[in-house]
Amino acid sequence: MSLIQVTNVHRVYNETDIPVSALKGVNLSIKEGEFTAIVGPSGSGKTTLLNIIGGLDSATDGSLEVAEKNITHLGTNELIDFRLNNIGFVFQAYNLIPVLTAKENVEFIMLLQGWEKNKREQRAMQLLEEVGLKEKVNSKPAQLSGGQQQRVAVARALASHPKFVLADEPTANLDSASTNNLLDIMVELNQREQITFVFSTHDQRVIDRARRVITLEDGQIKSDIHK
Amino acid sequence: MIQKIAWKNIWRNKLRSIILITSIALGIWAGLFMMSMTTGLNTQRIGNAINSGLGHIQIHHPEYTKEYNPKYFIKDTASLRQTLSQLPAIKSWSYHNNFTGMIASPTGGYGVALIGINPLTEKNTTSIHTKIISGTYFTSDKKNQIVIGEKLARKLKVELNNKIVVTFQDTANNIISGAFRVTGIYKTASSSFDESIAFLNKKDLEKLAGTSSIVNEVIVFLDDVTDVAPTKNKLSTSLPMLQVRSWDDVSPELGYANELMSIALSVFILIIILAMAFGIINTMLMAVLERKRELGMLISVGMNKRKVFSMILNETLYISLIGGPIGIIGAWATINHFGKVGINLSSMGKGLDSLGIGSIIYTKLDSQMYLTITIVVVLTALLASIYPSLRALRMNAAEAVRQN
Repeated sequence: MSLIQVTNVHRVYNETDIPVSALKGVNLSIKEGEFTAIVGPSGSGKTTLLNIIGGLDSATDGSLEVAEKNITHLGTNELIDFRLNNIGFVFQAYNLIPVLTAKENVEFIMLLQGWEKNKREQRAMQLLEEVGLKEKVNSKPAQLSGGQQQRVAVARALASHPKFVLADEPTANLDSASTNNLLDIMVELNQREQITFVFSTHDQRVIDRARRVITLEDGQIKSDIHK
Repeated sequence: MIQKIAWKNIWRNKLRSIILITSIALGIWAGLFMMSMTTGLNTQRIGNAINSGLGHIQIHHPEYTKEYNPKYFIKDTASLRQTLSQLPAIKSWSYHNNFTGMIASPTGGYGVALIGINPLTEKNTTSIHTKIISGTYFTSDKKNQIVIGEKLARKLKVELNNKIVVTFQDTANNIISGAFRVTGIYKTASSSFDESIAFLNKKDLEKLAGTSSIVNEVIVFLDDVTDVAPTKNKLSTSLPMLQVRSWDDVSPELGYANELMSIALSVFILIIILAMAFGIINTMLMAVLERKRELGMLISVGMNKRKVFSMILNETLYISLIGGPIGIIGAWATINHFGKVGINLSSMGKGLDSLGIGSIIYTKLDSQMYLTITIVVVLTALLASIYPSLRALRMNAAEAVRQN
């Protein structure tokens, strides 16, 4: 059964005099537990596709179902709630809250979901331990390396038990060691807990570890390879 | 945690927050201090006028104030005295007989109001005896004494113990003249009062006018200024044949000046509030725009708009709750200090004298005004943060998270 079902999705931007078609009838199905990389050159539409899957942008035409729920026509507030309860995000620039500690950053999502303090703290500690940051729970983002910040971001993405994790160029700002370390953690979480990861990436190291690689070109899927 | 984030956010850029907090504190301080100066100035102006002879309440023959003719005097002083003595709000009173006339010295003559007083009872009411800068305030054994203002003395070019001629119309419209010796020179906060009012012993004036003891005017002083209206009403009821007027009926220009100063003050406060509001809008807008990526992330991961709005609103609230008390405490300390020692404005003393204020201003402010200004400032801060908050909500989260 598909976790994410993208059906004939079009996205046209009308912000300039000439309409720009970013996606031209994309059909895609991602199953639970997949470790998928969406690749393609700049302007191929991978960011637009990721935004639409993540409920951050709307399709001009077509439909999107996540866990059998059609989210194509949800309103802004419904989409915010949907994202909170169903999707974990990992961003290229980590985007942690600089004034909070690593633990508080992970707790933050659970706080938005209304978790009790004890449960929040317990899960935040558990997740930070899983990503190898047990000793850094009280460190603020500025006191962490890029790789460590991105691992906190992964822990944050997993905090709310999302149906899948969307990672937008998660290794773009990391060195090789940090990239490998991060990928090891994500692969392990994927294999051990069947967490679904969807990446948009240029990074060959991510592409090499992905079990499915979808290549976009000019707003269309050029290839879809299951390894 | 939203509150915690908001609190921590304001300390991200300490210098900017401190500048904003300082501007709020200064705004409140300036607003309250200006209000206290205006209140003090008004209170002094009215107080000086009341203490110099206006009194809290004046009682006249109903015809007297139409043409200020001394032939209209209060006849039944016995029942008047009884009524006055029965009202506990009344502290003291004194009787005047008033004539309009001329005072002449060898160098010139000037029109003045001649106030006949009983020096003993007058000391319990008006404050002229405390304003003597030269000579004495009537001595019991001498006849035909006159106490004049410093400005009038200068105009007449007379000094202490010089003789001057007083000319006026008596109750039968005869022109009467008499020589009086200057035994005292006073100086009040009002130069116009000092040049136009001369005090004489009531008995001397009556003897010269050839009248029996007459009372044209009763000046009533109260213990508490807030009792003016009820006391006036009671006196009006008890003395239906007489005209009873409060200080602001007698001298409405004092009230108008009060209103005028209130309007000027409101404009000034409005300018301060607007400047503060734009300062807050500017600072909070900068704070929002430079955190665009972070706010985009918060919205992306599922922080709803209400919470984002509330976070930014809280940041402004915290800043105003820090700046507010600093401004209020600073203002309270300054107002208290200058309320005791006064602000010496002698460099512009002449201008203030002509307004009847005096060259030292004692700041004064009702405690309720502190609360009012605090509420106004906090509300302004919250209103000013609405626009930056809305800007935060309008951003495209997907674009914002990718910004460098």
